[in-house]
Amino acid sequence: MSHAIEAEGLVKTYPKGVRALDGLGFAVEEGTIFGLLGPNGAGKSTTVKVLTTLSRPDAGGARVAGLDVLRRPDRVRRVIGLVSQRSAVDPEATGRENLTLQGRLYGMEGRELRGRVAELLERFGLAGAGKRVARDYSGGMQRRLDIATGLVHRPKVLFLDEPTTGLDPEVRADMWRMIRELARDEGLTILLTTHYLEEADRLASRLAIVDRGRVVAEGTPEALKSELRGDALQIELGDGQTNGEVHRALASLAEVRDVVLEGRRLRARADDGPRAVPVVLQALESAGVRVASVTVSRPSLDDVYLRHTGRRFEEADRAEEVKTR
Amino acid sequence: MTSLKHTWYMTLRHLRALARQPWYIAFTLVQPMIYLLLFGSLFQKITGLGHFGTADYIAYLTPGIVVMTAMFSGGWSGMGMVFDLDRGVMDRFLVSPVRRGSLINGRVAQGAIVAAIQALIILVVGLVRGARFDGGPLGVLALIASAVLLAAPFIALSNATALMVRKEESVIGAVNFILLPLTFTSSVFMAKDLMPGWMQTVARFNPANWAVEAARDAALQAHPDWGSIGTHLGLLAAFTVVAVALATRAFRAYQRSV
Ligand SMILES: Nc1ncnc2c1ncn2[C@@H]1O[C@H](COP(=O)(O)OP(=O)(O)OP(=O)(O)O)[C@@H](O)[C@H]1O
Ligand SMILES: [Mg+2]
Repeated sequence: MSHAIEAEGLVKTYPKGVRALDGLGFAVEEGTIFGLLGPNGAGKSTTVKVLTTLSRPDAGGARVAGLDVLRRPDRVRRVIGLVSQRSAVDPEATGRENLTLQGRLYGMEGRELRGRVAELLERFGLAGAGKRVARDYSGGMQRRLDIATGLVHRPKVLFLDEPTTGLDPEVRADMWRMIRELARDEGLTILLTTHYLEEADRLASRLAIVDRGRVVAEGTPEALKSELRGDALQIELGDGQTNGEVHRALASLAEVRDVVLEGRRLRARADDGPRAVPVVLQALESAGVRVASVTVSRPSLDDVYLRHTGRRFEEADRAEEVKTR
Repeated sequence: MTSLKHTWYMTLRHLRALARQPWYIAFTLVQPMIYLLLFGSLFQKITGLGHFGTADYIAYLTPGIVVMTAMFSGGWSGMGMVFDLDRGVMDRFLVSPVRRGSLINGRVAQGAIVAAIQALIILVVGLVRGARFDGGPLGVLALIASAVLLAAPFIALSNATALMVRKEESVIGAVNFILLPLTFTSSVFMAKDLMPGWMQTVARFNPANWAVEAARDAALQAHPDWGSIGTHLGLLAAFTVVAVALATRAFRAYQRSV
């Protein structure tokens, strides 16, 4: 099986010393959806910018559709489509004009172009809005126009940078369906970046978890999840206990491992969650630790993330938000 | 061939946007009208000092205002580029096979059309205020050419600035810090022979002055000095070529920063 995208050892440092990429690499099989999952600031968009020839890495290299991104950016541009994180529609132009201009830049003309534009407007539910300026579109419509714009010239590799961020849950579900259909009908290779664990889980056949400019884990969502044996226990503690007491109480139990206490929240893993709960509660009670609530869950990608980075996904996200504010 | 096509597509994009907001042109004419009408009346008697080549200050001022308007509206062109950069439209173009030069040339072409329309409107107002243009249709054509050829390089430079700094405030700053001094060290408002010596020296190297001298000579004189007009227009054309090349290079600077 050949690779539609190969990236190796990508390094990119922005002025002021922000290291956005720190030796990032991965490979995507032709005709599949590959997910790059990571919190804010992980380097997902930077990766997309490098692979789409917008930005140059300081080190490392990449091939897209077999073409060297650094040596032949002109050739790469002809075979890729990009839907960037922020909408890139021209608000002063109509939906149809947006699509037509895009097609023309790739040398499409006349009847072929008109047909393709009409087909895409239809496909993305914009047929009725094609003559209105995009400024008046809703957020979801602009996003669909973005995706249509990335497809006009029938690219071989499509880059979707957080296609559903900021959309309503229903619109998002709709978008997922469209992306899945696209991959199936157009034989596209899709690189999807997301910071929704659920999105990566649902759409990507393989994914790489990116943290601070590197890939920290890679595989199918299933394989990544099964790396974690057993269930996750999450226990909210009442007030008044110390770290030491909690650890002492649980350290000797055979039923749980990987015990982590963050503030009031205690996290642990167990081969058999439901069976471990009473044992853990008992141990905490005899240590004088009060428990507010207990949750048992099957491993999720969030747990995979925690395991590989030592941080919870939302925390990493929030930390970056504070940093960039 | 491809470059020409792409330039045409980009020009079309900008002209469509303009057609959807035709009042934009009227808006850009408010300030020039104030200059033309109020300044024109205020300094009515100044031609009595001689050296103006005409007794009618409005006639003297009209080509000056045409040229000044073209230069400023060219200078503001970078605002559109900042908007495209902010909206991600430019990044989308830059990952397509579009020719970099056509992204600049499209704006130059649209700006040239705007400058010509503005020039015609200002001329008509000048006429209504009683100015006489002895240069006839050919003179008027040369006047419009001067305006367009002055707008063009400043459109390119304004876009280059936008690509390098990516901030509206910086474009506004550049326009005020550079174009206002250029206006006042040219013969837009005042006959060159009446300027202080150092200003006359500056004026010789000032593109705004090249344009206004050519425009005024062509529009007002029944027998203009075509040699001098040609030289001035040639200088402006050369300046345009350099400015466009520079602006096209500015995409590299921009891409290094993303
Ligand atoms: N043009 C730039 N100039 C300076 N720093 C930048 C630039 N673009 C990104 N960065 C920094 O590089 C790091 C990686 O950014 P990037 O946009 O690739 O992250 P991301 O994974 O796409 O995050 P998000 O989920 O927020 O989109 C961040 O710390 C960011 O602040
Ligand atoms: Mg991003």
